[in-house]
Amino acid sequence: MAKFLADAPFRLYLGVVLVIVFIIFGGILPWFAPGDPLVWYTAPRNQNPSAAHWLGTTSLGQDVFWLLTYALRNSLILGLIVAGFSTVIGVFLGLAAGYAGGWLDRVLSFFMDALLCIPTLPILILMAALFGGQLALPIIGFALVLFNWPYPARQVRAVALTMREREFVNVAWFSGESSVRILVRHIFPYIAGWSAANFINTVLVGISTESALAVIGLSSAQQATLGTMIYWAINYQALLGGKYIWIGSPVVAIVLLFIGLFLVSSGVSMRSSARRMSI
Amino acid sequence: MNLLRYIAGRLVVYVLVVIFALTVLFFVPRLGPTDPVEAMLAKVASQGAYMDAAQVDALRQSLADTFGLDGSLWDQYGAFIKRIVLTADFGPSLSMYPTPVMELIRNALPWTFGLLLSSTLIAWVLGNFVGLLSGWKPNSTSSRVMEGIAICLYPIPYYILALLLSILFSYIWKIFPLTTTIRGAPWSWELITSVVWNSFLPAMSIVIVVFGWWVISVKAQTTALKEEEFVRYARLKGLSDGRILSRYVLPNAILPQITFLALQIGLMFNGSLITEILFDYPGLGLLIYTAVLQGDFNLLMGTISLSVIAVATATMIIDLIYPLLDPRIRHR
Amino acid sequence: MITVDKVTVGYGTTGFIKAVDEVSLTINDNEILGIAGESGSGKSTLMRAVYGDFSTGLRIQSGTVTGRFEDARTGKVIEAPSSQFAPLWWDQLSYIPQGSMSVLNPLMKIEAQVVDGLPARERQGGSRALRQRIAEFLAGFGLEETVLDAYPHQLSGGMRQRVLVAIAAFVNPRLILADEPTTALDVVVQKKILLMMVEIQRRQRNSLVLVSHDLGVHYQITDRLVIMYQGRIVEQGPTAEVFANPQHDYTKNLIASLPRLHGKRAVEVVGAPA
Repeated sequence: MAKFLADAPFRLYLGVVLVIVFIIFGGILPWFAPGDPLVWYTAPRNQNPSAAHWLGTTSLGQDVFWLLTYALRNSLILGLIVAGFSTVIGVFLGLAAGYAGGWLDRVLSFFMDALLCIPTLPILILMAALFGGQLALPIIGFALVLFNWPYPARQVRAVALTMREREFVNVAWFSGESSVRILVRHIFPYIAGWSAANFINTVLVGISTESALAVIGLSSAQQATLGTMIYWAINYQALLGGKYIWIGSPVVAIVLLFIGLFLVSSGVSMRSSARRMSI
Repeated sequence: MNLLRYIAGRLVVYVLVVIFALTVLFFVPRLGPTDPVEAMLAKVASQGAYMDAAQVDALRQSLADTFGLDGSLWDQYGAFIKRIVLTADFGPSLSMYPTPVMELIRNALPWTFGLLLSSTLIAWVLGNFVGLLSGWKPNSTSSRVMEGIAICLYPIPYYILALLLSILFSYIWKIFPLTTTIRGAPWSWELITSVVWNSFLPAMSIVIVVFGWWVISVKAQTTALKEEEFVRYARLKGLSDGRILSRYVLPNAILPQITFLALQIGLMFNGSLITEILFDYPGLGLLIYTAVLQGDFNLLMGTISLSVIAVATATMIIDLIYPLLDPRIRHR
Repeated sequence: MITVDKVTVGYGTTGFIKAVDEVSLTINDNEILGIAGESGSGKSTLMRAVYGDFSTGLRIQSGTVTGRFEDARTGKVIEAPSSQFAPLWWDQLSYIPQGSMSVLNPLMKIEAQVVDGLPARERQGGSRALRQRIAEFLAGFGLEETVLDAYPHQLSGGMRQRVLVAIAAFVNPRLILADEPTTALDVVVQKKILLMMVEIQRRQRNSLVLVSHDLGVHYQITDRLVIMYQGRIVEQGPTAEVFANPQHDYTKNLIASLPRLHGKRAVEVVGAPA
C-alpha cells in the first residue's frame, strides 16, 4: 500500500476513487432516502446496525446511514461552492495584480497578505456568537470565501509576474494578440494544474472549517453536515452510551474524504509540475 | 542597510495588518442583523441571572463601551482602535465579574502557547528526522511506509484526531483523562506530572498531524537536495552520510520550512482552539468558548482580538527571523 | 600511480549503456595529464571511474583501475582498485568540480568548507593556526583572508573557482582530478587559474589530471595528453608531440578547429616552431 502511495499516478487514482465514492454517497444517495433523516423518531431508537438500518440509529430515532448521506451532501456542497468562488476570485485578482502591477498590485497584495495572517476560526466564532449563537451555512460560506481567495491569488500573481517576462508571452504580445487571448492561451495553461490542486484543497479547508465550527455547536442546526452530526452525537452522549458507530461514522467519513481529497490535490500538482518540466 | 529597510518595511506591513484585522473585528458586530448589546442582554437574562434594572443599565453601558457604541461611527472606530492598541483594556469579564478580561487572558495564554509550542516543536523535530532519513533512502520499505502513514495523517483536521484519540484512549481504553483537571501545589512534582499527563492527548492530536506534514515536505526537499551539486561534492570529499545530512542537507531543508511556518500558524492556531475546547484544556480556546456560551462579550472581544494580534505577530516575527538565518539575504 | 587496464565502464543496473570502451592508460607520479574530447566522449565517465565515484548506476563491466599511493610521511604503500578509493578521498586523492553556482554549500562559510573533509595530517595545530595556514594558502591564489568569512554567493565566479582549486590542493594529496575546472570562466581568469594549478603541482610534485574539451587549455599546461572519441582513446602522448604531429583524423580536426590568429592557428603562434 505504502509502496504505491509514493507513486504519483496511483496516488491520484486512489484519491479519485475515494472522492468518487463520497460524491456518489453524498450526491446521489440522498435522493433515495426513505424520508427526511433529520426528523426525530422516524426510526426505533438506539438500534445497532441491521438490515433495515445499516449503521444503526441514533438515540433520537434517526437512521445514521441516511443522516450521513445528508451530512455529506451538505458538506460537499458547501466545500465546492467555497472552493469555486475562492478559486475564481483568487485567479482573477491574482492575474490582475500580477499582470497590471503598480498600485493595483500593491493594494491587492496587501489584502492577500493581511487576510492570510488573520485566523479564520476566531472571526467565525465571533460572528456566530453575535448573530444569535449559530451561523447559517451561506454566511459561513461567504466568510470562508473571503478568507480563502488569497491563497490562489498569491500563487497566480507570482506566476503572472514571471510570465510577463517569458519569451513566448512577449512574442505573442508583439505579434498583436490581445491581452485576453494571451491570458487564456498562454498563461492559463500554466496555472490550470496548480489551480485545480488548490481548488480541491480549498474544498477540504471549507469542509474542515465548517466542521470545526459545528463540532463546538456554532454552525447551523437546521442542516446536517459532517460536523453537526458529530456535535449531535457528542451532545446526546453517544460516547458515554457506547454508541461508537453514531459518532464514528461521520469521523471516519471525514478522515477518508480528506485523505481522498489530499491524494487528488497532491497527485494533480505532482502531475502538472511533471508536465510543466517536460515542456 | 538593505536589511534595515526590509525590517522597517515588514514592521509597517505588520502595523497595517493589525489595524486591518482590528477594523474587521470592529465592523463584524455592526454587520449583524441584531443589536449585539440587546442580544447579549437577552442571552444573559435567559441564563437565569437575576438582575435589577440598575444592574442591567450598568451592564448595558459597559457593553456599549466594549462595542464603542457612543458617538459617530468614525469616533467609535477611533476609540476602539485606541483602546485596544494603546491600553489593551477590554474591561471586566461579565461572566466572572469583576475579574478583568486581560487577567483571564493572561492566565490562559501560557497554556495555549505551551501546548502549541511544545507540540509543534516535537512534531517538527520528529518530522524532520523521519523526513530526512526517508528522503535520503527514498526507496527503502521503511521510508515508503512512513510516507504512506504521513499521507494518511496529514489531511486529518486536528479536532477530528482529538476526537479519535479521546474515543480510543479515554472511552474505549481508559488510560488518559477525558477532561483536564490539574492538581498539585505550584511547582510541585505532582503539578508537573499532572500537567504533562493532562496535556498528552491534546498535544498528540496536534503533534500527529503536524508530524505528517513535516515528513511529507522534508522528504520531498531531501530528495531534491540529494541531487544538488554541493551534496555530491560533499560526498566526493569522503564525508560521512551523517555529516552530509546534518551539515549540508538539513540546513538547506530547514530554511524554506520557516516561510512555510509563517503561512501555517493561523491554521495551527485554529486547530488548537478546537482541540482545547474538546479536551477542556484551560487555554485561550476554552476561554473563547466560555465567552460564547456565557454571552460574555467583553471576554469574547478581548480573546478574539488578542488571538488575531497574536497570530499576526507570530507571522511577523518569523518573517523577521528568516533573513537573519539565510546568509543569501543577510549579506547581500 | 594509477593504472587503467582495458576498462569498460557504463551506466545502468539492468541494461548497460557503454560510455568508456576498453580504455588503457597510466597516470604517472609528478605529471599533469590532460584528457580531451567532446561531450559524450566518455572523458568524465573515465574520470569518475578513476576517482572511484560509483554512484548513480556507474559500474565497471570489465578491466581494472588500480591505484598505488605512497604516503609521503609514513612511507606506507596502499594498493587498491578504484572501487575502494572512498576512504582515500580527501586524503590521497582530491577533486576539483566544475564550479557552477551550486557546488558550494550556500549556507556554509568558505573557511568551514575548506576545513570540512581535511585529513587529520593537515588539521594539526588548532583552529587558529589552521585558519592562518589556509589564509596564506589562499593568498597564493590572490584571495584575501576575508574570503574565508564569506558565503559562496558573495564571491564572483572566478573567485569561487579559485576557492575550489584551493580546497582540493590544500588537502596536499598525491592525485588531483579536475573536471572542466575553467570552462565557465572568461579567458583571463581561466589563464590565471591554470597557471596556479601548474604551480601547485610543481610544488607538491603530485599528479594532476585535467579533463577539458578545450584543447587550448591542454596546450597551456598538460605534460601528456589523451584524446578520447566515442568512448575510446584515439591518441595519447606528450602534449607537444600530439599537437605537432597528430596521428588520428579526429585529433587533426580538433586542432584545425582552434581559433586562428593572423591566418595561423593560435597554437602555432604561441607554440614552439614544431
